[in-house]
Amino acid sequence: MGSHPAASPPVAFQINAADNVATLLEPAMPGPVVVRGSAGEKQIVAEQAIEHGHKIAIATIAPGESIIKFGVVIGAATRAIQQGEWVHLHNCSSRLDERSNAFDVRTGVPEDVTYE
Amino acid sequence: MNETAWQGYLRSDGRKGIRNIILVVYTVECASHVAHAIGRDEDDVHVIGFPGCYDNQYAIRMILALGRHPNIGAVLAVGLGCEYTQPAKIAQTVRESGRPADAFFIQENGGTKASIDRGKQTIARLRAEMNSQTQMVPMGWSDLVVGSECGGSDGTSGLAGNPVVGAFFDLLVDRGGSAIFEEIVEMIGLRHILDARAASPQARTQLLAAYDKAEHYCREVRQYSVAPGNFAGGLTTIEEKSMGAFAKSGSRPIQGVIRVAERPPHNGLWLLDSVPDPHFMQFGYTNPNDTEGIMDLICAGSQIILFVTGRGSVIGSAVSPLIKVTGNSITYNRMRDDMDFNAGRILTGNITLPAAAEELAALVQAVAAGQQSKPEALGHREYFLMYKHQDTPALDAGCRA
Repeated sequence: MGSHPAASPPVAFQINAADNVATLLEPAMPGPVVVRGSAGEKQIVAEQAIEHGHKIAIATIAPGESIIKFGVVIGAATRAIQQGEWVHLHNCSSRLDERSNAFDVRTGVPEDVTYE
Repeated sequence: MNETAWQGYLRSDGRKGIRNIILVVYTVECASHVAHAIGRDEDDVHVIGFPGCYDNQYAIRMILALGRHPNIGAVLAVGLGCEYTQPAKIAQTVRESGRPADAFFIQENGGTKASIDRGKQTIARLRAEMNSQTQMVPMGWSDLVVGSECGGSDGTSGLAGNPVVGAFFDLLVDRGGSAIFEEIVEMIGLRHILDARAASPQARTQLLAAYDKAEHYCREVRQYSVAPGNFAGGLTTIEEKSMGAFAKSGSRPIQGVIRVAERPPHNGLWLLDSVPDPHFMQFGYTNPNDTEGIMDLICAGSQIILFVTGRGSVIGSAVSPLIKVTGNSITYNRMRDDMDFNAGRILTGNITLPAAAEELAALVQAVAAGQQSKPEALGHREYFLMYKHQDTPALDAGCRA
């Protein structure tokens, strides 16, 4: 939409106003990110590079605190998460799936099964 | 409330169809070529069939539900002649619903060519009967049952595609219609949410029982519906993936659980349980492919299916038109001939979710009034019937009793 895409910061979509994470609609580099969605629009700063489709913390989250998306709990923080950090397998765990932390954070490939 | 009305086809059970289709049913794979040849170049003929020679109560219930679906006006059942499933009994049950129906065996009719000729002649006769009998009546939202399914999902499905279907389901239910969603194995982790959405204590009991069965099934087969590709794409937990799929259900109270080939007892939002029940052998995967789930929704009486696909599936469906919704604007532009609705505009900020749901409602109404959906116009008529076991004692008095 912008005349020069590189000039406008990447957009992350917040589904529910209660969410503490938003989903990136395009890849982000460290720097400004526009958070758009049901809570209006605001700008935050990405702490690191985050891929398209992945989640960025839009609030500071304490260890053990719930990760909220769609307005519901999708997991728990396994350590402190700063606003602007990537939220994924390295700092968020399922409350059901015991294998949740056994996957490679980039590829998703399981690391808890040995191939000799 | 129901001021928006279009013309529908009145059936003897009071339900109304948005199409008047002749259904050709084959009763074993060996009869499928002849069945498809009968349906070729006949615009109002759809073909379904069951591949197995040995029959199955679950599959019979589905065939009978499809033969008496509101969009179906007449049925021709075609068998080879040595299989278990009986075409004549199918035709008899359909006739009892007030629809013209006929049946024959290929072996008793001189083989392929003679059977195709006889089938074509029979279709012409059934069509004449159907057209002279079927009554057109005004039809509105409260007469409509819409099913939703997702497949070929991507990161946009949970963000835009499924939420717009959910927001439309809220509109449909508020206008007195019925909405059905399924894929309960993709609700794992959401037990407390199902609990909170139950419309009544009875609905709560049904929802929790269906949930517990699905979770038990996932544990038994050691499979949760989340894979390395989902993680790599940014989904972190099964709860997150489940919630993206569950967004299709909208926000209204859930009236209860129906099983495959059952119809909603009253209007409103319903969960369809297609998970196999415990049996002497655990045959029948829950959702082997998207078309299987879509057929389950159609068997429940859905006259229209909303199918959400981020990556871009090209399927359609027999019996009921399928409307293709994508949350991915790139997919929409790349597969414009296949995609009916671009929910990706929500993500780019070009339209709000409520406005998109109203727009989708207008499209659903146009298709109900006769406009062809994209897959329908392209000639997509996919179907899938399989072996499975579900306990439904109330329905077991059907065809084989």
